[in-house]
Amino acid sequence: MQKPIYFDFFATTPVDPRVAEKMMDCLTMEGNFGNAASRSHLYGWKAEEAIENARRQVADLINADPREIVWTSGATESDNLALKGVAHFYQKRGKHIITSKIEHKAVLDSCRQLEREGFDVTYLDPGSNGLTTPEAVANALREDTILVSIMHANNEIGIVNDIAGIGEVTRNAGVLFHVDAAQSAGKVPIDLALMKVDLMSFSAHKFYGPKGMGALYVRRKPRVRLEAQIHGGGHERGMRSGTLATHQIVGMGAAAEIAGEEMAGEAVRLKALRERFWEGISDIEEVHINGDREARLPGAMNVSIAFVEGESLIMSLKGLAVSSGSACTSASLEPSYVLRALGLSDELAHSSLRFSFGRFTTEQDVDTAVEQLRHAVEKLRELSPLWDMYKDGVDLDQVQWAAH
Amino acid sequence: MAYSDKVLDHYENPRNVGKMDANDTNVGTGMVGAPACGDVMRLQIKVNDEGVIEDAKFKTYGCGSAIASSSLLTEWVKGKNLDEAEMIKNSDIAEELALPPVKIHCSVLAEDAIKAAVEDLRSKRAGV
Repeated sequence: MQKPIYFDFFATTPVDPRVAEKMMDCLTMEGNFGNAASRSHLYGWKAEEAIENARRQVADLINADPREIVWTSGATESDNLALKGVAHFYQKRGKHIITSKIEHKAVLDSCRQLEREGFDVTYLDPGSNGLTTPEAVANALREDTILVSIMHANNEIGIVNDIAGIGEVTRNAGVLFHVDAAQSAGKVPIDLALMKVDLMSFSAHKFYGPKGMGALYVRRKPRVRLEAQIHGGGHERGMRSGTLATHQIVGMGAAAEIAGEEMAGEAVRLKALRERFWEGISDIEEVHINGDREARLPGAMNVSIAFVEGESLIMSLKGLAVSSGSACTSASLEPSYVLRALGLSDELAHSSLRFSFGRFTTEQDVDTAVEQLRHAVEKLRELSPLWDMYKDGVDLDQVQWAAH
Repeated sequence: MAYSDKVLDHYENPRNVGKMDANDTNVGTGMVGAPACGDVMRLQIKVNDEGVIEDAKFKTYGCGSAIASSSLLTEWVKGKNLDEAEMIKNSDIAEELALPPVKIHCSVLAEDAIKAAVEDLRSKRAGV
């Protein structure tokens, strides 16, 4: 069976073959398998050398000092460590945290946990374009605010927030600023020598590195303190214990280096693919782009196609691997909380599709997607009573529906 | 999600898609669900003078299971009288299509649709 064309690069990316090769050198007896904490022999020294090289590669991608990188198991752990670690360390200073309603669940659920521990959290509404502005953050600051956590790019709609602007607000107010950059790192430039960000989360598998690997940037000047969440041998300067996974770390480092080298060219290429896709479907009636048109990741396209339901649309797109904000594709039967926070009607949230383009997407892939999508929409609208009503001039908002 | 072959068959080749004149006194229309919930079904039945359903049409906005449930329903109701049609249970539909638990509500919606269509027809005839 031929596999569907992959358009879900925001869910995860394959490991780049160049990265996989380097990882495989760190596994077997012949390879660099040692424990970096072994100070007494060559195996340990070699592992440590590879890990410190990777630390520099990741730091270079974001223009940071390698000593500011803490290895974790992924962005979920990084978010947990940043939020809980900061909240626990600075709780005597205040107990108020600011975040947004469209953050990743790793941030939102960490905030919920902190609320249970007695912290007070403000969840900002993004604009209808999905953006959280520096002004919105400034207006939410209080005397007892200790931390602001706003994502760089949103995983569902791909919008990119002005984190440099938000950093100015938080630094002036003496409040720490955490950014979840899982989705943006390696795709758009990040310069932490310029941006006043104090903590930043990364995930290797979003930029062609391995799953189960991430990092947390923890600023040294001005110094940020954290209370560790995982205790043990005192690895990573006590912030995150656990034997370092050499092959995973080497993979993340290699992936970061490639992403840094190829970012500028890839951004142009992916943006062209995105626009080619949009040109191919924009003349379909009642198709809307979700999220800001300009401030978005190069490979991000989230569209709502009115009067057809997302899951049945995906069923029709058998040759394509895409994701939907429809309730029916989730276990909870709730439509996407991100799209709802943008003020989208439930109907349009149910009718949303996310296409994310990546390193291995070709023009031909995009053309195939356009063709299949057009065909599927035509078929499903033929089946849709809502489309009939729309065509008959019925205002669907005025209909008394029997909600169930 | 893995669908049963029967769901896929109805989804790929939906039976009796269409629309009848809702003002026809021999046509009963049942429209159930809501766009906000992610599914809306419109089921229409046409009844002859003997009270037997001779034709059925549907259109459904919803997931594959919702489309399959309504498509199956149009096949089942043809040739039945109104009382028999009302007896169709959601559990029969769910069983026939091997719907997973999370999709049972689609079959419930189909049962609601046929009940609503029969009721519409009866109230029309009572009014004549």
